[in-house]
Formats: sequence, C-alpha cells, structure tokens
Amino acid sequence: MSAADQPDIRETCRELRKTIIWMIHHAGSGHSGGSLSCVEILTVLYDRVMRIRPAEPGWPPRDRLILSKGHAAPALYATLARKGYFDHALLATLRTTGSPLQGHPSMRALPGVDMSSGSLGMGLSAGLGMALARDVKGENWRVFVVCGDGEMDEGQNWEALMAAAKWRVAGLVAIIDRNHVQLDGTEDEVMPLGDLSAKLSAFGWNVMACDGHDPDELEKTISAAAAQAGPCAVVAATVKGKGVSFMEGRSAWHGKPIDAQAFQTAMAELEGAKS
Amino acid sequence: MSDEKPMRAVFGETLVELGRQRADLVVCDADVSSSTQTRLFAQAYPKRFFNFGIAEANMVAAAAGMAAAGLTPVVSSFAFLLALRAGDAVHSETAYNRLNVKIAGGYAGLSDYADGASHQSICDVAVMRAIPNITVIAPADQTETVLAARAMLDWPGTVYLRLSRHNVPKIFPDNHDFAIGRGTLVRPGTDVFFITTGTVLPMTMQAAGELASRGVSAGILHLPTVKPLDRNMLLDAAAHAGAIVTVEEHTIIGGLGEAVAAELAENRPVPAVRCGIPDRFGESGKYEEILARAGLDCKQIAETACRAIKIKNRFSSRKCGE
Repeated sequence: MSAADQPDIRETCRELRKTIIWMIHHAGSGHSGGSLSCVEILTVLYDRVMRIRPAEPGWPPRDRLILSKGHAAPALYATLARKGYFDHALLATLRTTGSPLQGHPSMRALPGVDMSSGSLGMGLSAGLGMALARDVKGENWRVFVVCGDGEMDEGQNWEALMAAAKWRVAGLVAIIDRNHVQLDGTEDEVMPLGDLSAKLSAFGWNVMACDGHDPDELEKTISAAAAQAGPCAVVAATVKGKGVSFMEGRSAWHGKPIDAQAFQTAMAELEGAKS
Repeated sequence: MSDEKPMRAVFGETLVELGRQRADLVVCDADVSSSTQTRLFAQAYPKRFFNFGIAEANMVAAAAGMAAAGLTPVVSSFAFLLALRAGDAVHSETAYNRLNVKIAGGYAGLSDYADGASHQSICDVAVMRAIPNITVIAPADQTETVLAARAMLDWPGTVYLRLSRHNVPKIFPDNHDFAIGRGTLVRPGTDVFFITTGTVLPMTMQAAGELASRGVSAGILHLPTVKPLDRNMLLDAAAHAGAIVTVEEHTIIGGLGEAVAAELAENRPVPAVRCGIPDRFGESGKYEEILARAGLDCKQIAETACRAIKIKNRFSSRKCGE
C-alpha cells in the first residue's frame, strides 16, 4: 500500500471511532476503551489483509476473524457495517432487545461474525480449531484472532499456544491488542504479564511487534505473520481509549456508559482531529 | 443378555467404524485416549485424531472452531472434566453457537471406582442438561452405545454422550429401534414404573424381576435420552402405574430424577422417588460396593419402588408385596 493511501485509512479510523462513541452513548452501555484500542487492527485486517466477500458472509474460502476480546464488539460492528455486511442503521440497535448486535458478538445472530465471543480467553482455541479443520480439509484460508492483553491472564490461551506450536499450524495469527489496561486497573496492578513477547516465543510461536495504531506497520507485520511456516503472534502496542484524551490509558473507561457531556466532548475531540 | 464388554471398548470400536464412513469425523482427546479407547481411532486415522494433552477447555473450544469450519468433532475425556473443567467452553463455544460438537464423557458415574471421588463424575448430567441446546444421551448397553454414537453424528448441534468405563451387557438386539429423544418400554407394569437412564438398566431389570416374584408389577421405561425427555412415554407410564421411581448413576440433584419429577409435577402429578447417588461425593472401592453404598443395587432399588407404591397407596390398605 502506498503512502498516499495513508490519510484515507486514518480518516476511516477516525470516523469509526466516532461511530463507536456514538453507538456506546446511544446504547447506554458498552466498552469504549478496548473498542478504541483495536480500531486500526480491525480496519487494516478488513481493508488490507483479509480475503472476504461482505455480500457473501459464509463464503467458504474466506479468511476468518475471531474477536476474542468480544467486549470490543462496537468496533467490530462498526467495521462490518462499513464493509457492507449489514445496513448502518442497525448500529443504532446495539444491545437492544431482539437486535443481532448483541452486547458481545454472536455468530448465530449476525452474519459476518465467524465465532461468538465474550467469555474471555477462548478465541485462540477456537481459531486453532478452525485452522486444524482447514488443514484436514486441505483448504488454504487464514485465521486471525484479535486478543486483548488482559485476557492473556486466562490459562486457556496458553493451552492453545502450546497446541498450535505442537502442530505447527500456519496461517494462524494472534494479534494481541497490547493496551496494558484491563477492567480493574492497569495490567501491572491486576496481573503483570511480564515479557509477553518472550513468553509467546517460549511457547513456540513466531512473534512480531508493531505499533498497533500505525496502519502501514500493522499491514506489513500482519501480512508477514500470516505467511510464516507456523503460528505467529503480533504484539500490537496500543493505547486503551485511543483518540479520546480523557479515556486514554484509563481503566475507568473500560466499560463505563458515555453520558451526554462525555459524548459531546469526545465527538468534538474526534472531529477536531480531522486531518 | 450376552457376554459383557467394557462400554469404552464398544465406543472406541464404533468410532473406528464411523470414521470409515464419514470423512468429516475427527476425534480429539486430552491425554486419556488409552483409557477412553479413542486411541483405536487414532491408530486407524492418525490425521483425523488430535491429542490436546491435559487441557480439556482448549480442546472443547478448538472443537467448536473445527465444527464452525465444517467438521464433526468428537471430544473425549473423563466426564467430570468435560462438564466442569471445560464447562465454559461447552457453554459459550459449542452450545451457545449450536455447533456440531459431540462430547463423549467417559468414566461417568462411579465407574472409575478405584480412583475415587476425584475421578468420578456424579453431576455431569446436571451441568449438561441445564445448558440450552445440548442433547444428553446415556446409553445402557453395548447396542445402545453403538446406536447412540452413530445417531449423535447425524443429530444437529451439541450432543453429550455419557459413557461408562465398566462392562456392560448386550440387552438390546442389533436391530433395536433406537432414536434420540425416544424411550424404550423394557417391561410393562401396573403398580410402579421405573424410569432408567444409562448403565443402571440391568440392575433395575433384576429389581423388577424380584418385585414380580413378590407379586408387585413393576414396569421399566428406559430413557437413554435425558434431554429431551420422551414426555409422552413418561406420562403414559405415570398414568398407567401411578407411581414412578427414577434410577440413575448420578447425583439425585439435577439429573434424570429431577427432570422426570419436574415433568410429572407439571403434567401428571404422581409420586416420584429418586434412586441415585445421594448428595455426597463418591469414594474408592469395588464398583458394586460403592454403588451399593450409594443406594444402587437390586435390593435398594426394589425397596425404593415399595416406598413409591406406599406413597401412592397412602390412603389405601394395600401393602407392598403382600
């Protein structure tokens, strides 16, 4: 992708952040911080990396995406709507009774969601299973799993890491949204992960690192990760609440409703950031 | 009844047979394939077998991913581990998504008798049947094990198959008319009806025989499918005998007994007495001995039937077996 495209994708991300803030404000609940931190990751995946057909969500050879950190659903929904999986008007129904936009993504409720999530620490296992099934069937699509760093507390992730290394599963990429903040506080306060890259590497994975808010760097890194001979983790350095100054790096905005005043301030800020 | 054979061996051999017929069948185990006998499948189809190590939650969630990609995975381990250690994966990944994962819970009930409470599975049915979208099957004999394993692969969605470590007889013929959700009338009766699921059927048949010799007509309705219950057959039995005794190798809390009691209370109130493991953990010992200490032997099952009849006849002079 040429540098000339850069302003476009950054503009897309800025618009997505506005949509996310509006959705969570409108719904009266939802997770702002973790949605804002993975905007570039999702945008790069859907715009520049994944082979998908939005008009045909179940297209068999499509690349799969699992949002293991399911609480970032608003970011996924805004992205899927932008790609044309469903009408933008549906975004207003987030978390309302009967809506396919459940509080956390449901594959049975919403076409385009490849795997439900919400209970943390399971997306990597599911992605591993998909990749193993792909290999049994002799197909060649790829699986991208977006994990939160907080959910790496869950031991099941490390079971999945071991297993993926055992079978040297290629085309399985775990992108870790490394924002260092979880629900109750910072990662260091709640449960320090230590040298995450070294741990992932010790578990037999290829590990790459990049700036999780730099689209070009993300694209380059994720594409390289997907081409590895075995499973590959991308540790993407991000900021929780990215783009809204009073949310950035603050665990208080993990899942706090956005009231009218916060909404206006956030939107004005995002509007002002127009390039 | 013909010669006995370990249910796990029957299941393992059946998987091999089914693997020949279905390319979409894959089998996963968590380092107990030599115990559950899924190693037979591993030997026959190494490319379709995945040993996940001692990590049941990862195995079940991975199986959900396999199912989402179009395979039909059977996940095998000890029953309590699948229900409890992997419970969230069963709940959030397979059941919620109605994914085609077949959960084979081996060593269920007290059948891992010598290993004791840590390995025995007394509440797996309660967990599985409380989760929406899960079909729960507990076969009684060799024939039902074969037929249930075959049927669950064709059944859409998540299925829990409860398997014993122990020997089981062959009660039903090869052409037995087995269908998920349907009960089998094993023996008619007018005084009381036993409702059974799983491996307790032979001892219940013995108890019914003993009751008959005392002049008590005890029927047996066998329900290999605990969820969904065969409601029509159950209500017919209740109407016919007016007293019900449930028998299961599972805690009396949350299993077949409570499922039947709830159905009866809502639709055909008759006395229903639960025969099963009391609200306590198991223990090491000889299988028959620890079953008996949990109330599961021919004599105690027959006594329970008498208790149910007494409740039914509370206002009449009829005594049990007199």
